[in-house]
Amino acid sequence: MTPILEIKNLRKEFKDFCLKDISLSLERGFIMGFIGPNGAGKSTTIKLILNLMKRDSGEINIFGKDNIAYEREVKNRIGFVLDESHYYEEITIREMKSIIAPFYDKWDEGIFKKYVKEFGLSMDKKIKELSKGMKMKFSLAVALSHDAELLIMDEPTSGLDPVVRSELLDILSDLMQDENKGVFFSTHITSDLDKIADYITFINNGEIVLSTAKDDILDNFGLVKGAKELLRGNDSKEFIGIQENQYGFEALVQNKEEFRKLYGDKIVIEKPTLEDIMVYYTRRGINA
Amino acid sequence: MDIVISNSSEKPIYEQIVSQIKDAIIKGVLKEAETLPSIRSLARELKISVITTKRAYDELQKEGFIVIVPGKGTFVAAQNKDLLRESRIRIVEEKLIEAVSAAKSIELSFDELLEMLKLFYKEDY
Repeated sequence: MTPILEIKNLRKEFKDFCLKDISLSLERGFIMGFIGPNGAGKSTTIKLILNLMKRDSGEINIFGKDNIAYEREVKNRIGFVLDESHYYEEITIREMKSIIAPFYDKWDEGIFKKYVKEFGLSMDKKIKELSKGMKMKFSLAVALSHDAELLIMDEPTSGLDPVVRSELLDILSDLMQDENKGVFFSTHITSDLDKIADYITFINNGEIVLSTAKDDILDNFGLVKGAKELLRGNDSKEFIGIQENQYGFEALVQNKEEFRKLYGDKIVIEKPTLEDIMVYYTRRGINA
Repeated sequence: MDIVISNSSEKPIYEQIVSQIKDAIIKGVLKEAETLPSIRSLARELKISVITTKRAYDELQKEGFIVIVPGKGTFVAAQNKDLLRESRIRIVEEKLIEAVSAAKSIELSFDELLEMLKLFYKEDY
């Protein structure tokens, strides 16, 4: 089956940052979380996907079609939510909606109204009067109101309170009842939306560190804790980032079962969160 | 049927689903040919990834507890009676082990424990 989103060797150079030939692929019916620290290249990647920025080289295919050659068609079938509000500040939600709606072939006024109501938005409010969370909800309502097959979101949860974040979780799980849809979202707060993510792609410093099923990551990675003497004579390359303190060490490993066999009761192995994985990988980059 | 998922458990989420559905089948809460929710609706209800529910169902199918019929749905499989009995025996064993270790911890003798067992077995439980 053709992936709903496929990126091959995508490159973009800036003066002080470079997106280094990244590749990733998302099948229909699944959600991919795109995680990484600030400045890792998440927003750059999303802007390149939406052709808001010109790529230097590489390929981006959406629904199997080049995102630039078929830009109009592709965008008609995408819903997107960006980090910053890109609407006219001086007009009302109603007016802004009337500007946006005609761009989409499949705009559904009924669904839009339903979301506006659900999100507690008022049609007569000016965009500039909306809080950050409200602007996000408005973007989301627009993104969901034209039967988009692929939803692309840049940091959708930043600025949203836990209640709204949980609403977003519900909306996404409802959306995924349709196995032809796909969701790609970036975040640096990895604790809430990653619950329902099927795949995780982790980007750091313009490079993809990991891109795999979330369950594989959580099954294999381990947070090893133990006495410092265990570190002596051990090849520290096995560890992805070590944190030592006065009484012991804590390290991330990619193959926790091997460590369990090797050290047994001498170490404690905990299930890391995606946040732990991000922190340890990022720290290793700094130490190296 | 209830499925309760713990995010902080050491046990992977798919395993938690597998063992709870298995229990429900063994205990007869889920009966033969009963329909199970689709992987997507189960994922929605539990707020977890579709891959996780799919993996749980694949595992249950491999062990012969459920049958996945493409395009039709997922059903509780006709249970192999011996297999079912065996898994129930395993539950009895587990409970006995628990009882034995509890007895040992208070230095209850084997005979005393046996006496208790006899008593309980004769009564209608």
